[in-house]
Amino acid sequence: MLSPNSGNTVIKSKLIGRRMFLLTAAKAIVTFGIIGRLISLQINERTKYKTLSDKNRFREWKLAPERGVIRDFYDKEIASNQQVYQVHLIPENSKDIEKLFVRLKTILDITEKKLFYLRRVIAKQKPWEPIIVSDNITWSEFSRLNLFLHELEGVKPIVSVARMYPDNSTAHILGYVSQVSAKDLQTKKYLKDLHVPGMSIGKTGLERKLDEEIIGKIGFQRYEVNAYGKRIKQILINEGQAGKSFKTTLDFEVQKFTSELLKDKAAAVCVMDVYNGDIVSLVSSPTFEPNEFVHGMDKTYWNKLIKNEMKPLTNKTIAGLYPPGSTIKTLVALSALENGVIKPLDTFKCEGKIELYGEKFHCWEKDGHGIVNLRKGIQRSCDVYFYEVARKLGVDRLSETAKKFGLGKKVLNGFIEERAGVVPNTKWKKKFIGQNWYLGETLHSGIGQGYFQSTPLQLCLMTAQIANGGFEIKPRIIFDKKNNNLREYIKYKNENPNDPLPTDLLVSNFELKPLFKNQEHINLIKDAMFSSSNEPGGTSYRHRWENKKFTFAGKTGSSQIKRFTEAQREAEVKQESLPYKDRDHALFVAYAPYNDPKYAISVLVEHGGSGGKAAAPIAKKVIKKVLERHELRQRIDSLLGEQV
Amino acid sequence: MFRARSIQSSLSIKDKILSIDYILVISIFILGLTSILAMYSTDGGELKYHTKSHILRFFVFFSMFLTLSFIQIRFWHSQSYLIYILFFILLLGVKYFGLTSSGSKRWLDLYFMNLQPSELMKIGLILFLAKYYHRTSIENLNRVRYLFLPIVVLIAPIILVATQPDLGTALLIAAGGLTVAWLAGVRVKFFAFSGLAFLALLPIAISFLKPYQKSRILTFLNPERDPLGAGYQIIQSKIAIGSGGLFGKGFLQGSQSYLDYLPEKHTDFIFTLFSEEFGFFGSLFILFLYAIIVWRIIKIGNVTRSNFAKLFCYGFGTAFFIYVVVNMMMVLGLLPIVGSPLPIMSYGGSSMMAIMLGLGIVMSCKVYKDTPVN
Repeated sequence: MLSPNSGNTVIKSKLIGRRMFLLTAAKAIVTFGIIGRLISLQINERTKYKTLSDKNRFREWKLAPERGVIRDFYDKEIASNQQVYQVHLIPENSKDIEKLFVRLKTILDITEKKLFYLRRVIAKQKPWEPIIVSDNITWSEFSRLNLFLHELEGVKPIVSVARMYPDNSTAHILGYVSQVSAKDLQTKKYLKDLHVPGMSIGKTGLERKLDEEIIGKIGFQRYEVNAYGKRIKQILINEGQAGKSFKTTLDFEVQKFTSELLKDKAAAVCVMDVYNGDIVSLVSSPTFEPNEFVHGMDKTYWNKLIKNEMKPLTNKTIAGLYPPGSTIKTLVALSALENGVIKPLDTFKCEGKIELYGEKFHCWEKDGHGIVNLRKGIQRSCDVYFYEVARKLGVDRLSETAKKFGLGKKVLNGFIEERAGVVPNTKWKKKFIGQNWYLGETLHSGIGQGYFQSTPLQLCLMTAQIANGGFEIKPRIIFDKKNNNLREYIKYKNENPNDPLPTDLLVSNFELKPLFKNQEHINLIKDAMFSSSNEPGGTSYRHRWENKKFTFAGKTGSSQIKRFTEAQREAEVKQESLPYKDRDHALFVAYAPYNDPKYAISVLVEHGGSGGKAAAPIAKKVIKKVLERHELRQRIDSLLGEQV
Repeated sequence: MFRARSIQSSLSIKDKILSIDYILVISIFILGLTSILAMYSTDGGELKYHTKSHILRFFVFFSMFLTLSFIQIRFWHSQSYLIYILFFILLLGVKYFGLTSSGSKRWLDLYFMNLQPSELMKIGLILFLAKYYHRTSIENLNRVRYLFLPIVVLIAPIILVATQPDLGTALLIAAGGLTVAWLAGVRVKFFAFSGLAFLALLPIAISFLKPYQKSRILTFLNPERDPLGAGYQIIQSKIAIGSGGLFGKGFLQGSQSYLDYLPEKHTDFIFTLFSEEFGFFGSLFILFLYAIIVWRIIKIGNVTRSNFAKLFCYGFGTAFFIYVVVNMMMVLGLLPIVGSPLPIMSYGGSSMMAIMLGLGIVMSCKVYKDTPVN
């Protein structure tokens, strides 16, 4: 028992024990280290890691909201939504995609090109993410698809909602919707949190102007997803909110009627309520098919549109710029009267041309109009008379009046395609052309040629503001119950013709902004316009309405594309014999009815020749249509007024 | 000699059963039940393959542990070298007949189970060295001549395992062996020398590393280096543990593991799963169970008479602690991902078998604590 070995054993035991003690101390330190780490992760940083864990766990899929509809004044939907039948495919659920494609081709009209595209999409995305095989199939295709659905594993027939335009007469002002482009995402801030793949946004016209509100609020489905991105279960669904619907001031019936009149012409018509600026009609021709844009356009149709010389994609009413031609003479005369440059009965002698500053200025009437005063000058549209007036007036005073009446600036709000046009003056020329003003140019400006550029809507606004007695109105296309001040003012004045209050006091009571110094001048112009349309010798006399209900007062105009050469003038070349592209643009502005103005109209026919021949007949028909519907419109208006 | 024999023979069955360390047995049993719960959660709350086979293994090997407790300590002592040699032959067998899975050859197909001899070698080496140092006298302990054999028995299996390749297990085997040698009294300077030698050889060793092993080490140094690749496991594990918070997300509610963000959740990352579902207090509970187990093992070492038993208990207790700590530090992002299971908790038959074998020997030390081995 007590061998030397046993002492050795005891020493060894003690050594082992000592070292074990050291080890135990080390273990305790390591254990506390681990507890410390647990405290740091699970207590101190738990919020951070909980967030990270939720970020892992949840994924959201956005749902495109339903776009609001756009209605006309009579609550007819002019941009509506329709059910569309779509074919979606979840690649994961199909055993053999190629076989499925072959089968699908026998049921639906799918091209090889489309299949090629689909294969590429399938290869790119996760197998459980649905792809859209076709976003708009016919009902018969859809029902056939449902019939064979049992053979088509992975295919999902979907009923969805997409934009639909019932008619293309209003295509330009409505604009169209189309797929969101990369550029849209960069430039439009409101799309940042809103973008859903496959969603359409407004690209032009009202659709674009109203896009932010009409698009609605996006919905989402929140799913719990696993590490591979597969949806495990739905946690939350938020349907989003359908976009706001809008009521416009447009009259769909007039739109269709006008559109039909303008068929095959490159032309534009604007009709406006002279008291509140409500735009009743805004038609540009030729039109295009807006529905084509919704589901991705056919390339040949697109090429046809952009190659068409008549520019069907341009909204000529607000984006077409034309010299106002003789329609500006109303403003030239008004400006001259207001500035005291002429008196209504001052006369000039027209001999068909005058020579000034070493240049010949021709009147359109080669033989001249003889002795001409203001009324006759407007009635016959005598150029020589207005050369004289413009010379006395000067371009700067003219431009001031023209700007006051709405030329040279955008008159609508929020239409990116709208153009401002040009009202030239000496400063403008110095700034943009870098040259001094020539006096001869004043004469050209006096008959609406030269640098003058305006849109048909501007001319319509100008006419409306003359027709309503010279008060500023703001054109509007979105219906608004308010803003009837002007109408109430007129009503008050008619009911109290002997009101002791002076006009300017009345005006301030009704919050109106008069554009005149003396309203008598406006009345003179209105009367001259009446004579132009309703008295023998007037430029649109041939197209007058005898019926008092429809009688209008107008002013013709034609804007020159190419200057007539002396030789052509000598040969008395007719517009009709010129090549299409060289013919003048025909213009006509008017208000009606004469005795109680309600609407103003402007008509433009590109390369139509003279305003009297090409534009006035269209105006005549449209005026009748609009006035026939006036009572109905009034009824609705008062009905809506009561709702306020 | 006579007295010893009489003590030994005088032990009745009743005495033996009474002398078992019940705190240790109960702790292991509770840990086993906890591991079954965790495994049930990895199967998504269903009684599926992993859970069933884990339950079976736990009870089979737990019974083995209890049975082994009654085997004479003398047997373990006398057969130590043989056991080591047997395990070494199995390791050699892996090299020639092993099963290859995901790029490494670690298993032997025994028809009823796939055996991973490297796990058994963790115990085999401790057993061998405990006997060797038990027999080496204190004067000879630090003689270079006597260092020769330990170095050979240490290096040989490590090379075999490291080239499977399984760096994690190789390092854990080494840790157990070195602990025993140091406890036995081998001077620190030898460890320092071999440490320096190891450092000198490190560049060469690195050139032998597989690309994935290099990437693991680099990733440990900076997990955000490649968040979707090698760093993914560490990041996701930290997210899971951290998001568990104080009380956890609840049983079967661990979204990180349930939604497959957590890799290897049955094996190396079982602690992460538990931590996510039961939070800080759950983690402490597990840590506490392990602390009790280690404490009881060391305590058994304290009461045994023979140095063989002492060395084995201390060696195994420390190794067990290292296995636990390395696994936890790994999932907590404090060590690189080296692939080491958490004893008893992790899924894996060989690891369970090896741990239960070790615990069985420890318990036998307790039952025969007064029996001299020679």
